[in-house]
Amino acid sequence: MDWLENRTGIESAVKSFLYEDIPASAGWHQIIGSMAVFFFVIQVFTGGLLAFNYAPTPGEAYNSVKYIMTEVTGGALIRGLHHWGASMMLIIVVLHMIQVFIYGAYKKPREATWMVGVVLLLITLVFGLSGYLLPWDNRAYFGTVVTTRITSQAPLAGPYLLRLLGTQGDSVGNVTFSRFYALHTVLLPLLTLILIGIHIYLVRKHGVAADPGDTAPKRKFFPEQVFKDTVGVAVAFIILFLMAVFAKVPLERLADPTDTAYIPRPEWYFLFLFQMLKFFKGPMEIFVSVVLPGLAVLTLLLVPFIDRGPMLRLGKRTFAISVVVLAAIAWTGLTTAAVVTTPKNQESAEDTETPATETPEAAAPATSAPIAFESAWQRLTPEESAGLGIFKKQGCLGCHPGAGQKGIGPDLTKLPAIHRDVAWLVPHFQNPSKIVPGSVMPAVDLSKADLNALSLFVLTLTPQNESALLATPDFVTHGAMLYQSNHCDACHQIHGVGSTLAPALDGVGLRHNRAWLEKHFADPASVSKGSIMPPYKFMPADLDAICKYLLQLPKGA
Amino acid sequence: MGLIGLALAVPAAIYLLLPPKLRKEAEWVKTTDLSKIPAGTPTEISFERKRVDGWKVSTEKATAWVVKGPYNEVVAFTPQCTHLGCAYHWDGPSHTFICPCHTSVFSIDGKVLGGPAPRPLDRYMTKIEAGQLEIGPVEPHA
Repeated sequence: MDWLENRTGIESAVKSFLYEDIPASAGWHQIIGSMAVFFFVIQVFTGGLLAFNYAPTPGEAYNSVKYIMTEVTGGALIRGLHHWGASMMLIIVVLHMIQVFIYGAYKKPREATWMVGVVLLLITLVFGLSGYLLPWDNRAYFGTVVTTRITSQAPLAGPYLLRLLGTQGDSVGNVTFSRFYALHTVLLPLLTLILIGIHIYLVRKHGVAADPGDTAPKRKFFPEQVFKDTVGVAVAFIILFLMAVFAKVPLERLADPTDTAYIPRPEWYFLFLFQMLKFFKGPMEIFVSVVLPGLAVLTLLLVPFIDRGPMLRLGKRTFAISVVVLAAIAWTGLTTAAVVTTPKNQESAEDTETPATETPEAAAPATSAPIAFESAWQRLTPEESAGLGIFKKQGCLGCHPGAGQKGIGPDLTKLPAIHRDVAWLVPHFQNPSKIVPGSVMPAVDLSKADLNALSLFVLTLTPQNESALLATPDFVTHGAMLYQSNHCDACHQIHGVGSTLAPALDGVGLRHNRAWLEKHFADPASVSKGSIMPPYKFMPADLDAICKYLLQLPKGA
Repeated sequence: MGLIGLALAVPAAIYLLLPPKLRKEAEWVKTTDLSKIPAGTPTEISFERKRVDGWKVSTEKATAWVVKGPYNEVVAFTPQCTHLGCAYHWDGPSHTFICPCHTSVFSIDGKVLGGPAPRPLDRYMTKIEAGQLEIGPVEPHA
């Protein structure tokens, strides 16, 4: 210990930190500052972890966030901590400011401490704003579009700010994304660290503000106040942890600039501004979006110079308290109004995609009641069904949304006659812009067999069957893809496609049940004497899908 | 404080150290007609395989050194030296695989003949379907 102390002075540094004098009146109301620092540390820690698995480009960000949420072990928890930690950090920072404000702790000589604090609050808000874009889902995209538009309204500086944010024309794209990412992960953390350093240095320099009339002898920071701070931090952390475990972190659909049904809205703490914008139109809009927040920030910064009277007892600071209460009422009212008056968006991504392994049994009444009605997919060949699976998996719906919705790509049910041909579609998938000059469609990187299947599926689409086909359950496409990739058609036939070497599988659910089928896959000869079919060992999820698919095949014509 | 540290460190360790849930099993890829590979001479073949790469499934070009025996039995070696992963090549005159980096030498059946290589060449699983060579995942080495 002496060795370390002699060389680093760490022991005396810790001691001088812990045995700082604080006023006797210090207590629970002064724990919030430590909590704010704690939340910053949490955000840096979890943010760093997220960055280990995150791809900061619009093309990949969404998929990597989804990967973190669904595939990385513990990924959902880490993102939960970061997401809810951001909200809690803002709450804590605002509470800290309110506490300092109503106690009047910003007064001489602590003006600079207060001003640095105001800047830290602003940085916390910009953290929230820039982090909002990074998952690149619909709420991120549209939230950012609105933010950049508001920025562009700033008097004089608007166009320059817009250029700084990297927007080109009207759109938010690669450059803006990188700027927000750099801001969020490099610039702001560094700035925050420096400002927290200055803030704490100033707090130490001037000491913790005592309540007026507190003439009692000073106490030490350790152990009583340290204990109180620790309790505050622990309680906040428990709340955060529970939220990260139990509250769902939103991840909506992939950002889709053409989604006209989407109603953008900001994170909850900006909802009051969002609501205020609804009340003002035309030139008054700038007043709310830029001028008013600007004035509010300026006023906050200047508070110590506006209120220069001596420190008063809490009971006598009625004006300060009423300002806080009025602001709280206004904020709550506006936020509530925003929540109530904005219609809900459609469900998030997790709800729209049912994982293949969790298809409810009800969707596949395989053994008890085979094929009572014909679904659209039951008219497809296995290859076409597999093509549908590829269609969904490749995210074709992003640009070809179907159901009459406008997308970036053309309506696939109304392709011109010359395009309705596998020989045209396959090379087009491989290199879209070569076949259709100027096409923005990305190349589809798949094997020839998969491209063939995809083409065959596209050719089955008609305005009548499209929405029914797109609603095909996952076990069908999954099962059909397995059927194709295992070349079952080399011996079997479905819908007249395939070989007649082995029995046709149309209506196989009328002849056999699930147990039989599973046994048959594991050891064909054991249930079907003389069968020359080789045994197939599937993963449980795969076995489930292919059995359900086969059992629901309709009886041939 | 210690408990909070633990509540952060444990999820962080899990997040960083445990492998992500596997998206799917490695696939078998059709490559070339077996008849196109000369018996007794290692031949480098290339094929495309799908690789689950983080959040993306990408198709990548892969190669293998394939050796066909007189009875059409096939061995496919992965193209990296088992020392430090350099690409080795077949040296016809000396009838050995030679790694240019640190001069590891392997026999036609992958055994280490010299140099720093710690174990024989790694092999892909192979099967032959309808006269076509299919390449599967890499065999786990002992």
